[in-house]
Amino acid sequence: MDILTLFVVVPVLIVLAMVLFTKDLKQARMVTLIGMLVQLGMSINLIVRYMDARAAGNHAIMLFEKNVPWFSEFNAHYHIGVDGVSVLMILLTTLIVIAGTFVSWKIDYLPKEFFISLIVLATGVYGFFISLDLFTMFVFYEIAVIPMYLLIGIWGSGPREYAAMKLTLMLMGASALLLVALLGIYFTSSAGGQAPTFDLLELAQRKMDFEWQKIFYPLAFIGFGTIGALFPFHTWSPDGHASAPTAVSMLHAGVLMKLGGYGIFRFAMYLMPEGALFWQDFFLILAVTGVTYGALSAIQQTDLKYINAYSSVSHLGLVLFALLMINKTAWNGAMLQSLSHGFITALFFALIGMIYGRTHVRDITKMQGMMRIVPFLSVAYVVAALANLGLPGFSGFVAEMNIFVGGFMNNDLYKQVLTAFAVTSIVVTAVYMLRLTGRMIFGPTTKIYTNLPKAFWYEKTAIAILVLFITLIGTLPFWWLQFIEESVNNFIQPLIK
Amino acid sequence: MSEFSYIYLIPLIPLLTFLFLGFTAKKIKEPVSGYIGTAGLLAVFGLSLYTAYQYFFVSGLVNGKYEPVKIMIREGWVHFTDKLAIDLGILVDPISVMMLVVVSTISLMVHIYSLGYMHGDSGFSRFYAYLSLFTFSMLGLVMSSNLFMIYIFWELVGVSSFLLIGFYFEKPSAVAASKKAFIVTRFADMFFLIGILMVGYFAQSFDFETLNSPATYQTIQGWIANHQIFSFMGLSIFTWALILIYIGGMGKSAMFPLHIWLPDAMEGPTPVSALIHAATMVVAGVFLVARLYPLYYHIDGAFALRVVAVVGAFSALFAAIIALTQEDIKRVLAFSTMSQIGYMMMALGVSGFEGHEGLGYMASMFHLFTHAMFKALLFLTAGAIIHAVHSNFMKDMGGLNKYMPVSSIVFLIAALAISGIPPFAGFFSKDEILAAAFEYNKFIWFIGFIVAGMTAFYMFRLYFRIFFNKQTDYGDHKPHEAPFTMAFALVFLGLMTIVAGFIPFSELVSADRMPFHSHIHWGDPLVIASVLMAASGIGLAAFMYYKPTDYPDKVSAAMGKAYVWTKNKFYIDELYLFITHKIIFDHVSKPIAWFDRNVIDGFMNLLGVTTEKLAERIKFLQTGRMQDYAMYFVSGVIAIVMLVIYFR
Repeated sequence: MDILTLFVVVPVLIVLAMVLFTKDLKQARMVTLIGMLVQLGMSINLIVRYMDARAAGNHAIMLFEKNVPWFSEFNAHYHIGVDGVSVLMILLTTLIVIAGTFVSWKIDYLPKEFFISLIVLATGVYGFFISLDLFTMFVFYEIAVIPMYLLIGIWGSGPREYAAMKLTLMLMGASALLLVALLGIYFTSSAGGQAPTFDLLELAQRKMDFEWQKIFYPLAFIGFGTIGALFPFHTWSPDGHASAPTAVSMLHAGVLMKLGGYGIFRFAMYLMPEGALFWQDFFLILAVTGVTYGALSAIQQTDLKYINAYSSVSHLGLVLFALLMINKTAWNGAMLQSLSHGFITALFFALIGMIYGRTHVRDITKMQGMMRIVPFLSVAYVVAALANLGLPGFSGFVAEMNIFVGGFMNNDLYKQVLTAFAVTSIVVTAVYMLRLTGRMIFGPTTKIYTNLPKAFWYEKTAIAILVLFITLIGTLPFWWLQFIEESVNNFIQPLIK
Repeated sequence: MSEFSYIYLIPLIPLLTFLFLGFTAKKIKEPVSGYIGTAGLLAVFGLSLYTAYQYFFVSGLVNGKYEPVKIMIREGWVHFTDKLAIDLGILVDPISVMMLVVVSTISLMVHIYSLGYMHGDSGFSRFYAYLSLFTFSMLGLVMSSNLFMIYIFWELVGVSSFLLIGFYFEKPSAVAASKKAFIVTRFADMFFLIGILMVGYFAQSFDFETLNSPATYQTIQGWIANHQIFSFMGLSIFTWALILIYIGGMGKSAMFPLHIWLPDAMEGPTPVSALIHAATMVVAGVFLVARLYPLYYHIDGAFALRVVAVVGAFSALFAAIIALTQEDIKRVLAFSTMSQIGYMMMALGVSGFEGHEGLGYMASMFHLFTHAMFKALLFLTAGAIIHAVHSNFMKDMGGLNKYMPVSSIVFLIAALAISGIPPFAGFFSKDEILAAAFEYNKFIWFIGFIVAGMTAFYMFRLYFRIFFNKQTDYGDHKPHEAPFTMAFALVFLGLMTIVAGFIPFSELVSADRMPFHSHIHWGDPLVIASVLMAASGIGLAAFMYYKPTDYPDKVSAAMGKAYVWTKNKFYIDELYLFITHKIIFDHVSKPIAWFDRNVIDGFMNLLGVTTEKLAERIKFLQTGRMQDYAMYFVSGVIAIVMLVIYFR
């Protein structure tokens, strides 16, 4: 079996092992952890082999391709392959699942089922990142979205059924638009007299009619954009995150929301370049609105998860913003921002979960002086806050700077002005992040929460993994950019003349 | 050039001590962590002095001009485009070498001083870790070879400042002050960043040597002359870019109206105020303009420099007026810092470029150097006093001369220096500034001249009220002289304050990097006038404050509203609070949050409710047992995977 298919097969084997052999929490988490460490080994192996192949002069768009007919009656193939961006996304997914496993170390309610759902979700994500066939991609996308309903509905907190329902329905609604767009692409691909196809690389060769692009591009953009928190289709995210259990929030905000930007980059813009240019200015307005609007909304929130959810709207708005700027620098920034936000937001949700697990409160006005009470978690929270507001040395800075420089280097006053608007988010982000740390972490120690347990080893492990990678991206951006650049170079070609 | 190949060690050493102390803060106790930090700084200090010697006296001068040396550490740390990149490199030129000496000297003194000052503090190791972080960032800032790189370190000094102002994080006022400092400077940095983007767009480079080269500014000036680039409100967009960059500098250097964070920043431990908020970080704005000086000077007839001069002169006056009435000694010093930085900005703004015309530039750098010494000394002495009497307020002091003789003498030296009395350091640099201003514009000179008098007055108001005036009864807790480590730093900086004025600065630092001669004409009426002005300020202060008198009360009563406004810092803070809280938070942010929850989400919920009604009709499909859902789901996935494996 090839190296990529293993990424979706191993999780299934883990699930099988769990269904058949595990009984309690200890076994379930050990099986998950071992399985995920195997996945990590595979991710690292993939990176090494990928770098070797590129170093050996293999400049194909996609490496390690496999192409097997699946449903031959409508020409759907199990076509997989990776390039630099997908390799990094796979690594991100693996690391976040591992961190999520550590965070869920003590989950008490239906642990086995919880880990199974988590792994199924991850499987969908892996599959999505390796797919080169629209049909396969869509199947994996749905596999990733659906366990979310169970995970929030069963293990969530607060108005969890409402949140789960809302999240699933909104994402499903978006999927419906996406499906229409995909089918549109499929059926119009037979214009040249060939059989219609779902194959990405094949479709890129057949030029889609501009009139059709104008219709299907916005559907695909909104379809993917909804999961990428595109304004005004982002409202599932605050409620969904607020009710979701910690590991699910981590995986969801850290990885699943990245499918939006990734899908637009990989499929929507690549296959419908003229449509993308036609709709560019319109969607830019939505993206810039999301960036500033998300940040301004976050100022007013008092619930930690809501703050983070709106912060995600703002930071993922930057991903969409960068993609819409359509130049290499901005796109490098978009991919870097996807990774960066993945690690940072996962760190936030992990910390929120740990703090909530101790205080049973998520309202920042009800906490104070946590620095003396849970010093490790507090320091980590400050680190996360600083990373989130784009401090150099952490990943957010390099990503945002690529985006801003990219946006500004367009020879177009409209885009430069919009970029200047987007830059204002760095101030607003500082306002809400420091307001949060000032209220909750600093200040006099209160009597209410004095005997809270300090961070446990598994919590520290999860935090350490995430902080390590946030710092690695922030200090060695060139290492990460080498993967992104060649991928971006290939996929931006149809859009730039 | 290889003679500076060691230079990466200068920022690296404090970075390593920061990481080491940061990760071991719990295990390494006082005073070991202090010794580690201080030892690292001592090495940095030695290397900086060696670099200065090597550059200024051995290898720097090539054919009568100080040639810049660039040492590349990582080319293309981030590649934006073919031409634009963040290259991590070190630029060795007169101003960076001068700043190296300033930063490492003051930082070393603060490290030594803090061994005594922070003694017994539970956050001792954390304090030294932060100091190392700050020193690393500040050294990186002054050595940056690239505009984007300077922005990176600009942010890092900002965060170190944030951490150190909020060092006593259990004190709500310290937390609020740190937040304010960070957000106000971040607000300024936003303009800085936009300015960087604009400069990068037009000049197609972030590298300082390229930006400052005649080729670049002549090309851009050519575009401006031919109206090839967009102009806004009658000014070319490139001039706007330079003004935006200057706004970044205004934020860091606490220029009006972005100065509001600096007085509050005094919540930090006093050594921090001396290091960051007096000597090094707050002059970063001056350094930034000096760094891009050729660009500022040659674009649009130096229009942006006129802005620099006006903002600087106004801030100098504004801060000096407020300093007259403040009661907290650290706040007096904070406003004094703002006023003196205004001087430096003013000097840069009035300067020319070539030879003796660049007097203002040289004077600005010279004043930056001397000010760092005497202002750090003033703060550290203030720290010793606060340490002794446990209060920041002048009303709790008085008659300290007999308890703290060393502090009294060094404070006097520093106060004379800042007032511009020869032969102390401040006299020389301030005199050059006034001379340069006089040549440029009489009105600007006059502001500087008035400020000189005010400076002498408020400094000696401080001096007399602390060390003389009333004989406060300190009870059983008699104030005592500072311990050895603290006194050592005071005496060292006191000596520097005496000798620094005699450095032939114009031979070392100049706008066009060519040495020129500049010396004081003792008989010049300008010099005599400014010394007389300072002397009368001192005389007035002595008259009012040497002994307890009722003149101060009478004066303040006579001034009425003017006094109240000055004492309340002209209500600028209240204005900001009004804008941020009443307008932005209440009338922008709140409506947006409401809109999101009620309009956008309300619409989505409406869809949801409709769907729920539909779901009512098909609910027979639901068994209500989660196991069933999970079972269906897992079997579906397995089926798909089996299918995939089968077809392979």
